[in-house]
Amino acid sequence: MSENNLVISPRRGWVNIGIKELWRYREVIYFFVWRDIKVRYKQTLIGVLWALFQPLVAMLIFTVFFGRFARIPSADMPYPVFVYTGLVLWNYFSFVLTHASESMVSNSGIIQKIYFPRLAIPLSSCFIGMVDFAISFILLFGMMIYYRFLPSIEIIIYLPLLIGITMLASAGLGCFFAALNVKYRDVRYAVPFLIQMSLFLTPVIYPLSMLSEKYRWVLLLNPMSGVIETSRVLISGKGPIDWPALSISILVSILLFAWGVAYFRKTEDYFADII
Amino acid sequence: MHKAAIQIKGLSKKYNISHQRNYLALRDSLEGLLKNPFAFLKRKNKGLLEKEVFWALKDICLEIKKGEVVGIIGRNGAGKTTFLKIISRITCPTQGEVILRGRVGSLLEVGTGFHPELTGRENIYFNGSILGMRKKEIDKKFDQIVEFSGVEKFLDTPVKRFSSGMQVRLAFSVAAHLDPEILLVDEVLAVGDAQFQKKCLGKMKDVSQGGRTVLFVSHNMTAVRNLCKRTVLLESGRVAMDGPTELVTAAYLDQNLSLKGFVDEKEISGKLEGVVRRRNPTILLKKVTLLNSQGALCNAFRSDEPVVVSVLYECLEDIADLRVVVQVVDEDNNPVIISQNSDREEESELYLRKRGLYESFCLIPANLFGQRRFYISVHLLNLKIEHLILNKILSFDVNFQGYNLQHGEWAESILRPMLDWKTMLREARG
Repeated sequence: MSENNLVISPRRGWVNIGIKELWRYREVIYFFVWRDIKVRYKQTLIGVLWALFQPLVAMLIFTVFFGRFARIPSADMPYPVFVYTGLVLWNYFSFVLTHASESMVSNSGIIQKIYFPRLAIPLSSCFIGMVDFAISFILLFGMMIYYRFLPSIEIIIYLPLLIGITMLASAGLGCFFAALNVKYRDVRYAVPFLIQMSLFLTPVIYPLSMLSEKYRWVLLLNPMSGVIETSRVLISGKGPIDWPALSISILVSILLFAWGVAYFRKTEDYFADII
Repeated sequence: MHKAAIQIKGLSKKYNISHQRNYLALRDSLEGLLKNPFAFLKRKNKGLLEKEVFWALKDICLEIKKGEVVGIIGRNGAGKTTFLKIISRITCPTQGEVILRGRVGSLLEVGTGFHPELTGRENIYFNGSILGMRKKEIDKKFDQIVEFSGVEKFLDTPVKRFSSGMQVRLAFSVAAHLDPEILLVDEVLAVGDAQFQKKCLGKMKDVSQGGRTVLFVSHNMTAVRNLCKRTVLLESGRVAMDGPTELVTAAYLDQNLSLKGFVDEKEISGKLEGVVRRRNPTILLKKVTLLNSQGALCNAFRSDEPVVVSVLYECLEDIADLRVVVQVVDEDNNPVIISQNSDREEESELYLRKRGLYESFCLIPANLFGQRRFYISVHLLNLKIEHLILNKILSFDVNFQGYNLQHGEWAESILRPMLDWKTMLREARG
């Protein structure tokens, strides 16, 4: 076998993400994903249907209250399609964020006894969330057929980009909260609350155009704004992509990811001691 | 090319104790505030940085050659586990460095990462993977793992329906099939039934004879003696001794001899469990002591000497029916011996106790225990009124002293009484 030397010593200075090691341990990420997907709907009655049920009911309620009663404009789309598009992406984002934030604490037994790159745990959340996302996305296609919608062909190119941005942003924030949660269990209460509140700071139930130009940029700092707006343009097949908005999303999500991962790496040395 | 497999230079690890205290629930801090509202003022005067620093490891230097099997022993809290945790990269050292040459596999606890909802088969894969095996490797060794564990029939049953023994067996099997060049093992043999423990030790022996470097942490001196040529004794975070196993383990057991074999009132009050109190306390447990036949404090016995447990207690009022129970239990809290002062008729007259201080002695005869560590639990009952329980309050090691033990077995039974043997020649041939 190859002579691979490993030096363990207190870490100083700037942090690197440890991509190389993470790649060597990619199977561990795979198995974390695999385990959580397997376990997710065990001993439930309707199983994976939950992934459809939740956004569906949310869509119905939002359609009645915001679409019918409040008559929120929906950018040339039927309101159900409009809100569901936003919900599918938003749900993915919030799932990854919640799951990642809890992930270190819920795997504390493993962390105290076995070594592997710790990042594998929060990062695996992005892939676990893909299952629910894919299932609820199927329903979106169903709705498009029902409403006789033809999405723009560009969706094939841009959808991975949108998912990528969502992944980076949610994983970055997730890593940050996961690390914070090790030390302060307040995170467990703060994150769901934060997600609930920020649903309203994201153009899920309303279009960005509802806001006056003056304040729109504030909302655009939220990376999900650009993502959700772009997804609607693609699905309706009408109108150009708002590139400035999307660029801000890309930039913010990359920054969030870099910051979250760096914070995680910086603090991970003491995880096993205080978790 | 005779480079050491593990090279450790000036390794130290510091813990901040006050830091961890902060993590106690809010309730505790409120309680503290009510009891002593001005404590924080005092502390401020002394300066805020009154942190309790605890060095779990201090300046450890070791070199372990390729293929060496080294035992790590020491009392609880000596730093053995911290040491392995640093080498296996679970936690980070405060100072110093470790150089590892070769793939490292560590087994700090059997069955971590088992998910109760997954089936046996699925858990083999998941656990194998986080322990550092590739999927291909697991595929290849799958049948061996299953066979070793002996749970073939339940492979597709969720692990939560396994008995705890089955879980342990499966977990050890997965870990035992790791194939690292450097193996770190912590006290994994303390689990499972005797037969499986024997199997595990056998497997460990195979591994250690296969030219691999092994660090083996254990309290089980017999296991250490059997597996390791060299042993390191840790004492409050430092290397106290490093040398041939026979010498180091003997020194360790001797050193234990001089250790205290008692717990006093202060310590007892912290460990008292399951107290049922109907009104004001009627009995006080003052002290539990382990003595040898000469009446000296002791916590390491030869198997050919008796063990005496003394319980000192105070009756705060006249008590109609007082019972003292002494239990000897093993590591997993299985009772080995239970004895009550009322078992014998003579003592029964003394059920009625006037107020006063009493000391009860329980003599456990010689030539009874096997070679291992035992624990003492004590119950003190004012029948139907008060019940004081001290679980595993003291421990003692027994060193088996049979005749002609050169080829001694390593898997000892719990009890190893001297039974009567007689052999006679029935018929001479030739």
